Order: sequence, then structure tokens, then C-alpha cells
Amino acid sequence: MIRAHVTTAVLVLVAGFIAFDAGASDPLNPYGAVPMLALGSGMAAAGAHCAAPPPK
Amino acid sequence: MSQTASASAPGIPSSPGTLSRAGMLVAVGAVVLAVALLAGPRFGLLLLIGLGFGLTLEGFRFGFTGPWRRMILERDASGLVAQLICIAIVASVAFPLLAANGAELKGAHAPIGLAMIGGAFVFGAAMQIVMGCGSGTLVNAGSGNAIGAVALPFFAIGSFGGAYHLTWWTNLGSMPVVVLSGGQGLALTLIGLAAVAGLALLLGKPGSYRLPARYWGAILALAGLAIVHLVVAGQPWGVVYGLGLWVAKVAVAVGGDLSGSAFWSAPGNQAQVAASVLTDVTSLTDFGLIGGAALMAWWRAGLASPVGLLPARAWGAVIIAGLVLGYSSRLAFGCNIGAFFSGIGTGSAHGWVWFVAAFAGSWVGIRLRPSLGLETRK
Repeated sequence: MIRAHVTTAVLVLVAGFIAFDAGASDPLNPYGAVPMLALGSGMAAAGAHCAAPPPK
Repeated sequence: MSQTASASAPGIPSSPGTLSRAGMLVAVGAVVLAVALLAGPRFGLLLLIGLGFGLTLEGFRFGFTGPWRRMILERDASGLVAQLICIAIVASVAFPLLAANGAELKGAHAPIGLAMIGGAFVFGAAMQIVMGCGSGTLVNAGSGNAIGAVALPFFAIGSFGGAYHLTWWTNLGSMPVVVLSGGQGLALTLIGLAAVAGLALLLGKPGSYRLPARYWGAILALAGLAIVHLVVAGQPWGVVYGLGLWVAKVAVAVGGDLSGSAFWSAPGNQAQVAASVLTDVTSLTDFGLIGGAALMAWWRAGLASPVGLLPARAWGAVIIAGLVLGYSSRLAFGCNIGAFFSGIGTGSAHGWVWFVAAFAGSWVGIRLRPSLGLETRK
């Protein structure tokens, strides 16, 4: 086995997961998308981050 | 057009031709464009930034685990110093941005606590066992490293589990979040980074202050991408939330009930589990890290080399270490990226404590590797 086989397997798994998620999650709505840049958007940062303290 | 390298397995194309490379760039651009059109321009841009991180880390052969290992084993401080310079550049831009735009941007700010310190120590040990931290495991998996590829799914499962139990762990004892901010905070951060770099150079072997050119390339590219990430996403670069989210999505899809977890049943996380993964910041940069590393490895014909064989106990150690990496990184409020790089870079005191604990854990992890069959060093 060579590294190309490992990379291919990983990429196939990632693509498969994204395809699975497309069927399982809420549909995408590009017309309701957030502005391209958070800076200057006037919106509060709302993305999840591993450093965020847990909810009480 | 392609050539076959002598070191490659027979018949395996190793060096892609100009046409192949152009075609690959068009394909990657089409994927980024598709995400931007389907999910929104911010998310396409985040995937592109993630690709940049992957290309940088793999292209410059730069990371976090290896330099710490070289500092501990060989007293080569250059890689650690490069990391500290990179964080200093990010902090110099991020502190003023956060001070002036506190409503739109947020830092990687987390509380210091018992579980946080223990998690960082364990993470440091586990990352040396698999020779990959949060970003490193993704880059290794993308570039065809079998250890990284095997560790990755278990890292994700561990991350999900750590987040599931996070509230229980933080209830063991946590301080309020301590944040260094403004001009004084930035000065303290830069002095701290300089002091650690000075100590590393003092303890390091002579000549460690001379950083190789590739380190400078990595420093500038990573710092630039991290600052752009903050501007685009409104939050600093992170890795492990996305990994746990993937498992949460699968768990829900197969009928799992996450209501028993204060973390996963919180409204924000419930919404993220239900939403497309293409709208999650850390998932997109994680996908980009894998894709960018794969692209770089393919581009420079690095995918034709054989995968090394390891004894069974070594694979067992990789699986357990992957689980531990994921679980501990959630208790520690981040990995090398979320806690060390982004935490210190945006003024969180927990980033400093994380660094000390994880570095001590790395010392232990390095000494465990030979007994686990992962290397022959005595």
C-alpha cells in the first residue's frame, strides 16, 4: 500500500460524509447566507468554537 | 503527462504534469465556488482559507508536534520559536481588531480549570504518540499518513464524547475567563512570547535562533491566513469543534438522543447539528486542511511512497491515542490551534496554561512511543 491509497480513502470518506450530511441536514439557503466578512457586517459572531465555555 | 519516480511503486505516477496540475486547480476552484454558491460566500472563503492552511502546513513541512519533539529530544528550539513568532504576528493584529470590533469578532477565550489543565497535559502526551495535534492529524491524514488516517475518526469520536461530558468536567472547578486585551494586554502577550522564546533559545542548542527559510514561509502564511480567518469568520481558527460535530450529526441521523448532554442539547449546538456541515466554520477549515495537504502531497509527488508497517499494538495505541486526543482537547478548550495558537493570539490566559500543561504532557508522550512499538528509539 502507498500513501495515495490512504489519501484517496480519506477524501472518499470526507466526500461521502458531506453527501450524507446533505441528505440528513437542513437544506442550504444561499439567499439567506451571512455576509462574506464578519468584520463590518454589524452582526455578532455566532460560530461555534472549541474554546467557547460550555452552556450553564 | 506524468513521470515515474524510481522510489515509487511500479506503475504509480508520481510527478503530475502541467495539464494535470491545471486540471486539479480548476477542480479545486470549482469545489470552492460550489460551496460559495450553495452555502454562501463566507463559507466558500472559509474552505479556501482551510485549503491555504493545509497547503502551508504540508508545503512548508511545518507543524506543532514535531518542533516540540525536537525541542525536547534534540534541544532544537527553532520550530518552537517559529510558532511563537507566528502567534506574536497574529496577536499584533488580532488584539486591535478585537478591541475595536468586539461585537462582530470574538477571541478563543476559555476558563482555566482543573479539567482544562489535565486535558491539555493528556493531549500533549497523545499528540506525541500519534505525532499529530489537531491540525497535524488532519494534515497527516490528507497527505497519506496511515497513522493520521486511522487516528482521525477516533479523534472525532473522542471530541464528540469530550463535548458530551464537558459540563461535568468543568463543574470540577473552573476560574472565570481571564482575557488580556487592549494595548496592555498585547504588550504582556508579546513580552510573554518573547520570554518563552528566549528561554527556549537559552535551553536549546547553539544556532537554534537561525530559522530555516521554510519556517519563515510558514510563519508568514499561517499568520496571514489566521488573521484573514478572524476577519471572515468573526472568530479565530479552531479545529476540534468540527470533528465532534461530525459524530454528533451521525449520532442524530441514526436515532441517537443528545438531550442527555448539556453541551449538545444547547440551542446553538442543536442548531449546528441540524444545519448543513457546509455552514460550520471549523468543519470547513478542517475539510480544507485535509484537502490542502492532499493537494500539496500530490503536487510534489509525495503520494507514491509506501505506507510503513507497524505492529498490532502500535495500531491499538494509535486508536486509543486518537480517542484521547479528541476527548482531552474538548476538556482543554482546544488543541494546539484553538487553545495555544488562537488562545494566546487573542489574549486568553487559558492558552498560556494550556501550553505549559501540554508541553509537559509531550515530554511524557515522547517517552511512551518506543514502548508502544511506534519507534525503535530507546
